[in-house]
Amino acid sequence: MSVPRSGFVQRLTALVRKEMRQMVRDRSNLLVGFLLPLALILLFGYGLSFDVRNAPVAVVIDTPSVAVREVVSGLEGSRYLAPRRVTTMAEAEHLLGDGSVDAIVHFPVDFARRYAAGSARVQIVLNGIDSVTASTLEAYLSGAISKALEHRGDRGEGALSGAGQVEIVQRVWFNETSNSTWYLVPGLVVLIMTLVGAFLTSLLVAREWERGTLESLFVTPVRPVEIVLAKLVPYILVGLVDLAMCLVAARVLFDVPIRGSLLAVLVSSTMYLIVSLLLGLWISGATRNQFAASQVALLTSFMPAMMLSGFVFDLRNVPIGVEIAAQIVPATHFMMLIKTLFLAGTDWAMVARSCAILGGYALLLTFLTRRTVRKRLD
Amino acid sequence: MEALSALIFPILTLIRKELLAIFKDPANRIVLFAPAFVQTLLFGYAASFDLTNVPYAVLDQSHSAASSELLARLDGTGVFRREATLANANQIAQVIDKQRALMVIAIPADFAETLAAGRRAPVQLILDGRNSTTAGSASAYVASVVAAFNAGREGGQGLELVRRAWFNPNLESRWQIVPAMVATLSVLQTLLLAALSVAREREQGTFDQLLVTPLTPLQILVGKSVPSIVVGMLQSTIVLLISLFWFDIPMSGSVWLLYLGLLGFTGASVGIGMSLSSVALNMQQAMLYTFLIIMPLTLLSGLITPVRNMPEVLQVATYANPLRFGVDLVRRVYLEGAGLTDIYHDFIPMFVIAALTLPLAAWLFRHRLA
Amino acid sequence: MSLALDSHGARKGGHAPPIIVARDLVKTFEGPDGAPFDALKGISFEVAAGRLTALVGPDGAGKTTLMRMIAGLLRADGGGLQVLGHDAAQDAQEIQSRISYMPQRFGLYEDLSIQENLDLYADLHGVPANLRRERFARLLEMTDLARFTARPAGNLSGGMKQKLGLACTLVRVPDLLLLDEPSVGVDPLSRRDLWEIIEQMIAQEGLSVLVSTAYMDEAARCERVHVFNKGEQLAEGTPGELRARVAGLTYVAAPREGEPARDLQARLIDAPDRIVDAVPSGGEVHFIRRPECAADSLVDLLVGCEARSREEELEDAFMLLLRAHEEEGEPTAPDQGGEVALSSAGPERGQDGAPIIVVRDLVRRFGDFTAVASTSFDVRPGEIFGLLGPNGAGKTTTFRMLCGLLPASSGHLEVAGVNLRQTRANARRRIGYVAQKFSLYANLSVRENLEFFGGAYGLRGGTLRARVRAIEARFDLDPQAQSGNLPHGYKQRLAMAAGLLHGPRILFLDEPTSGIDPLARRAFWRTITQLSQEGVTIIVTTHFMEEAEYCDRIAIQDAGRLLALGTPRAVREEAGPRGQDMNSAFIAIVENARAQERTMPGGPESVA
Repeated sequence: MSVPRSGFVQRLTALVRKEMRQMVRDRSNLLVGFLLPLALILLFGYGLSFDVRNAPVAVVIDTPSVAVREVVSGLEGSRYLAPRRVTTMAEAEHLLGDGSVDAIVHFPVDFARRYAAGSARVQIVLNGIDSVTASTLEAYLSGAISKALEHRGDRGEGALSGAGQVEIVQRVWFNETSNSTWYLVPGLVVLIMTLVGAFLTSLLVAREWERGTLESLFVTPVRPVEIVLAKLVPYILVGLVDLAMCLVAARVLFDVPIRGSLLAVLVSSTMYLIVSLLLGLWISGATRNQFAASQVALLTSFMPAMMLSGFVFDLRNVPIGVEIAAQIVPATHFMMLIKTLFLAGTDWAMVARSCAILGGYALLLTFLTRRTVRKRLD
Repeated sequence: MEALSALIFPILTLIRKELLAIFKDPANRIVLFAPAFVQTLLFGYAASFDLTNVPYAVLDQSHSAASSELLARLDGTGVFRREATLANANQIAQVIDKQRALMVIAIPADFAETLAAGRRAPVQLILDGRNSTTAGSASAYVASVVAAFNAGREGGQGLELVRRAWFNPNLESRWQIVPAMVATLSVLQTLLLAALSVAREREQGTFDQLLVTPLTPLQILVGKSVPSIVVGMLQSTIVLLISLFWFDIPMSGSVWLLYLGLLGFTGASVGIGMSLSSVALNMQQAMLYTFLIIMPLTLLSGLITPVRNMPEVLQVATYANPLRFGVDLVRRVYLEGAGLTDIYHDFIPMFVIAALTLPLAAWLFRHRLA
Repeated sequence: MSLALDSHGARKGGHAPPIIVARDLVKTFEGPDGAPFDALKGISFEVAAGRLTALVGPDGAGKTTLMRMIAGLLRADGGGLQVLGHDAAQDAQEIQSRISYMPQRFGLYEDLSIQENLDLYADLHGVPANLRRERFARLLEMTDLARFTARPAGNLSGGMKQKLGLACTLVRVPDLLLLDEPSVGVDPLSRRDLWEIIEQMIAQEGLSVLVSTAYMDEAARCERVHVFNKGEQLAEGTPGELRARVAGLTYVAAPREGEPARDLQARLIDAPDRIVDAVPSGGEVHFIRRPECAADSLVDLLVGCEARSREEELEDAFMLLLRAHEEEGEPTAPDQGGEVALSSAGPERGQDGAPIIVVRDLVRRFGDFTAVASTSFDVRPGEIFGLLGPNGAGKTTTFRMLCGLLPASSGHLEVAGVNLRQTRANARRRIGYVAQKFSLYANLSVRENLEFFGGAYGLRGGTLRARVRAIEARFDLDPQAQSGNLPHGYKQRLAMAAGLLHGPRILFLDEPTSGIDPLARRAFWRTITQLSQEGVTIIVTTHFMEEAEYCDRIAIQDAGRLLALGTPRAVREEAGPRGQDMNSAFIAIVENARAQERTMPGGPESVA
């Protein structure tokens, strides 16, 4: 390099200033950079929930008895369920059909007789269209019914006692109340970093190709590295502001704990952000076309971050092929780390391993980006 | 008759031109159809809350016949996979923290004795709550295994729950998600296609050329909407075919009603896209705006989390979301076999959205603020 | 600086060492159909330091490819290129650090202000702060942009953008300045300003400049001219040396009384066996005789008009070289004169017929900015009517109102007997429109485009097919070719063909010849004059003032006001002694009007 270092600094500052101004002056950029993350935070925090609370349940009792009454009052005591009495099964099925209730609990004619004989039978009808809610509801219903019956048994009033029974004492670590917001919000950090990183930057280089601004820029002392670095800086800032928004919202609005080291959160988030940014720039430089770039960025970064990274759907459930695909996605590694940092605490070995993987991706992408952003038109 | 065909023919010409412009580009042909295939398959497998292969660890301090029987039942379900057998309680934290196991079952040393004495024998279940939905499902599954264990014990007749799940007998979450994707998967590209159709012509200067022809705004609107609707319906068809024949999810309702619903739904989406298109100054803005609204539309559609779990305010907001009604309509027709009388109300919001956005877009063709 | 002189290209009469040495340069691109396409076919030349050198040639000559190679942006497939003593392939960065380059479309950042664009390039070139203040002040003064430094570059007119681009390339004194067609799409006033800046910089700083251009009057200002066509160098030399090649072949002829100059011009240019080129100019016709034809063989073409010899110009030499080179490959270009009538208007061409376009007190405001102020004129059927004006004069706004693309704020506007303020759709059926930029669907074939536009105008079935085939034949278009891949001249033809499919009575052409080389321009105007003879009314805007000579009447607009209206001769005479040719007449009229406005307080606000 015959050019002194100060030239590098001066050029880089000039380019960064340019990128900042361009970013700030385009409203659509700011909308996607700040408003969309904010909307996502609020939506995920308040709007989306897998948790069943106060689910309407129709209760049909063919023959009333004391035992039935106690079981029903057990259902009423559950904070997950909102039972309502219905006279006939036909009526209950109608309610289930039009979505007014999520389940039917049916105590048949012979409930009291069989219960006295030591085996109670209860029918549960669920609407399987929303299978997640249905499964959860089934678990709550069976839990509430057996608990009520056990209480009777403990008092020696029912036949379901005597023989030794296995009882489950359950503890959910990291998320004691099993609140889905607790895992959606940390995952959101990943989504937003991906959004700001890959999607916004995928337009940057392509836009300069399409508008013809690179040709003039190339015939100056500028080095390609400087062009790429300058494009990273403003979006790192946007990403960090978004990260701060996520952290504040998690603590203040949604009471999600951040049990791990804040430093580890910051470092790993910045690393993932850089990987996303480089991915976006690489796509942008390789396609040289904004429409294609945005599509590729969506399909290769955002969609996998949403569906494959273990954000909502647990990776331990998927076939091996999908598992391998998931391991290739950088978001998967960051997703695991950030959920742990939020909910479990700092596992330095895991931090080191994930950061090493992200660092590897960053190096690879730097190399690829450097190859696509050359000062050549052919 | 002549007047009518004079009205229709230019529209057909425009539709033909739009379809040619879309499908002549080989890259477009790939971008418009390959992702529908890949995503349907990928999400069909990945987007699942069902447990199939849950790693768990055991801390069996009882080492009794009873504890072995309980564990054998767990292993026999095929849902749980024993990842580790622990020697002491200190190791629990390790396997959970490192995510080697989703849950740990700890059986105390006095398990067999307590059971034999006819008392309640507690078994500890420790779950990784980092994904509380999976943890909940696993816990429910363990509960049912334990219930069966209790019922199977001598003298322990127990409670018998007879479950019947309508429309999805095995409560597979794939049934919940894949049919809904018939509506949701196409919406991104349908919206984008509609949004870009006018923005691209404006950017390339061809829109003026179109505006100096005798075509009326209505003719342009119809001519530009139909191709996007056609592409959207084709994508939906791809997803539908994969759902029916690859994942073997049986269809209960009428195909015609399903397509009628899809038509209404795609029309409303295209209306939104065309309005965005007329507002955006260039293609880049059209894309960013599309993306800006597609995220909330998808999240508030009930695709993944039920609309009923949302706060009141958001539930009201979903009335402006064609996707919510699209998802509801497709699920009910596909899985429930609902008829037109059951779901006519889903059409109303979609028609209202289309009736507002499409004329707005047509008006914006010529009156956009310069 | 190391000087690598090649063996066979000895230094030709240069007093300064060459700064560009090209030897057998070859560049091949993949053509749109996948077949290789030779952009440069073995070019050797040298450019001396401290001089102004021009590269001239029509579209596809290889000028831009060559410029980009010199700038280190493209790599040659064969041959060698030394720039400032560096190998362009190996040391591209070294070259890029020392030269300044203005591409054809200078990539200004449109969302940054003028000052911010200048600062950016000054920082990138490492211009020290103390030099910067003085230099910026000078550049802004020369470009007359000092008043607008805070304005975003995107809000500037075409001419101002081009000046700003030049200013950005001149933030420091480069060892070599490359300018790729700096004046394309720029009006005569801005063009003059640009050249004044370039010449000033050369005089004061001894710059070495290499400029490519399609304007021969610009090339004539250069010390040395290289003429290219289809990747080959046809000639090089001083403008004087090149002019000498047409010595004795150039004439001027006055048409008979009452005959438009363009009819005589058409007669001459339709005889390519005897005439190399003919253009109307100043009410007369300039033409070049083929060297192999005797002077007296032209008598029957001139039919009584008297031809005098005239002094040869660089453009004459250029046309002669080009025609000769074009004919090497193929015989004379196919005559476009087909039999198909393009208009339903019929030859009702009458100077005294009722006007087909009536404009009365037309006004268009954007917010509190008046783009077109109270403008009135008529256009008669069959007329060629020219709308001229500098960038941002309001002619595009006027034009868009005439086509029904933009509603007027007030005033009366009647096109083809239809009041545009009420029934625009009806009027649209009777007009054809050819936009400034090629604006048909680039990824559709020629036939698909034509069928679409025919259908949009309500043509159907057999009528549509017959019409499309006829027009393809008339414009010599290949129906299967993909529109976006056509050469520039053919795109222009396709756009015209699409505008004429439905046999409109009026054809609107917005800057149809911008960025087209002289050869294609001649062919274009030949078609226009034919259309006019068939009775089509033509409204055209242009930046090439000499093209106004083809028009029956012209209107000159500036700052939204109509400054002059009449026949080209009347307008020239109105300009007074400065109006010898259309270019100087135009500049005189616009400058007079601007001077008057400045002395008149409270006049209309100035225009962007």
